[in-house]
Amino acid sequence: MAPKFTKCMLLCCSAKVSQKEEDSMGSESYEEAIAALSKLLSEKADLGSVAAAKIKQVTAELEAAAADPTKFNPVKRIETGFLHFKKEKYEKNPDLYSALAKGQSPKFLVFACSDSRVCPSHILDFQPGEAFMVRNIANMVPSYDKKKHTGVGAAIEYAVLHLKVENIVVIGHSCCGGIKGLMSIPDDGTTATDFIENWVSICAPAKTKVKSECTELSFLEQCNNCEKEAVNVSLGNLLTYPFVREAVVKKTVALKGAHYDFVNGKFDLWNLDFQISPSLAAV
Amino acid sequence: MDTQSAEVGVEEGPNKIFISQQQVVDEEVQAKVEMLIAELHGTKHHPPNDPDAQKLDHGFHFFKTNIFDAHPEYFSELAKGQSPKFLVIACSDSRVSPSVVLNFKPGEAFVGRNIGNMVPQFDQLRHTEIGAVIEYAVKSLEVDNILVMGHSRCGGIERLMTLPDYTQTYDFIDEWVKIGLPAKKKVLQEAGDLPFAEQLTLCEKESVRNSMVNLLSYPFVRNAVVNGTMIVRGGYYDFVNGSFEQWKMCTH
Repeated sequence: MAPKFTKCMLLCCSAKVSQKEEDSMGSESYEEAIAALSKLLSEKADLGSVAAAKIKQVTAELEAAAADPTKFNPVKRIETGFLHFKKEKYEKNPDLYSALAKGQSPKFLVFACSDSRVCPSHILDFQPGEAFMVRNIANMVPSYDKKKHTGVGAAIEYAVLHLKVENIVVIGHSCCGGIKGLMSIPDDGTTATDFIENWVSICAPAKTKVKSECTELSFLEQCNNCEKEAVNVSLGNLLTYPFVREAVVKKTVALKGAHYDFVNGKFDLWNLDFQISPSLAAV
Repeated sequence: MDTQSAEVGVEEGPNKIFISQQQVVDEEVQAKVEMLIAELHGTKHHPPNDPDAQKLDHGFHFFKTNIFDAHPEYFSELAKGQSPKFLVIACSDSRVSPSVVLNFKPGEAFVGRNIGNMVPQFDQLRHTEIGAVIEYAVKSLEVDNILVMGHSRCGGIERLMTLPDYTQTYDFIDEWVKIGLPAKKKVLQEAGDLPFAEQLTLCEKESVRNSMVNLLSYPFVRNAVVNGTMIVRGGYYDFVNGSFEQWKMCTH
């Protein structure tokens, strides 16, 4: 019979404790990360107890025994959420879900912000199977970079080459914290975050455009403009991926930009049109 | 039908629109005029014979009518700010949106989605995308929970378990899924004699646990976990059998 595959992954602190400073994290290995955590834990734990991080399976039932019933229970929330989906959708559409279990063929690749208020499954009523989604800060698409941007590259590559999506849609939104962060980076370029400011600088050309063309607008109005201009920067960046460019030229993929305004309940959608003269198409 | 021709043009810069003829009866020209006027107003139109664009518009209309307009107080509060209790890292797969599978309402979950729902180790050069998502969720939104959600029949995990593949290489996919190599290694060591399909399922789950551990390589995650203000969780959605299991990282 098959060996029992343990559901528990025990990570014990090693006797040797990492001496590394917290800000040299870039070269840390898995063992070093656990050792650093264990060191922090042992500093907080009582003398003599072994500090350890353990991953174990949980159910709402087990959690309820220990938990305060008046407090929010995340395990129960997740379990209840899934049971609702299972009863109201999964079991009511057996044909759809058994077909989906065999494979997906979405027509859309969608870039949306990680913001909890703008999930395309809600705002565009996407059903399971319809849209392959990337969600990141400020729904950005960086230009082709095999070293710095493998995550986005992999998603676009999989969607275009493997799933053969027909549309790539980049959806911006109102009150975007990432865009506000971009617009707030000081002119001298000093940053205060580990990742955020570096990431949102992908759409620095949008900021430059807005700051130079919309000088009479308030900061918040400039941010609103930047939300839309940044979508256009991302659409332009999509063309730096050869497999996207090829599909656009062949007209097998359409690029669309969009902006969801949740203050006023509006949705803007636009196409990016390309004019390609015969001499360029041969490239 | 009388088709008077009309010259319609738009100039760059101050967005001038001029029509040389008063009456426009040609349908095509009418459509173009409407499009240009819409551009001036800031809302751009798409060509009317674009069914995919229409699908998006209809989808928004459904949401606006049945959800947004039906709960005005909820959405006006949400417009002022978000305070989700969860950061969810899920796969880009079209079948596994956490909003659908876990019934999250707008405002409940900050979501990062990528191939294979992977969290790489802290890397300010190579992994700013996921780093920014986690940093914003933990430092700005102060979420109480990070949930890494894996799923059945994951194409990213399948690619990981298939490598090396000398018949087909990708610019990005192979490099990305290698984040999960520790999970693959563990599965091959402990269950290498099982059928490939079972190894895939084991790797989908082990990769979630690998990502949970990688989260600890981010100092701001580690601090929140040690201070007891945040818990790292894992989940696995099996859409073949219709089940969901959860894990929790316990520290004491």
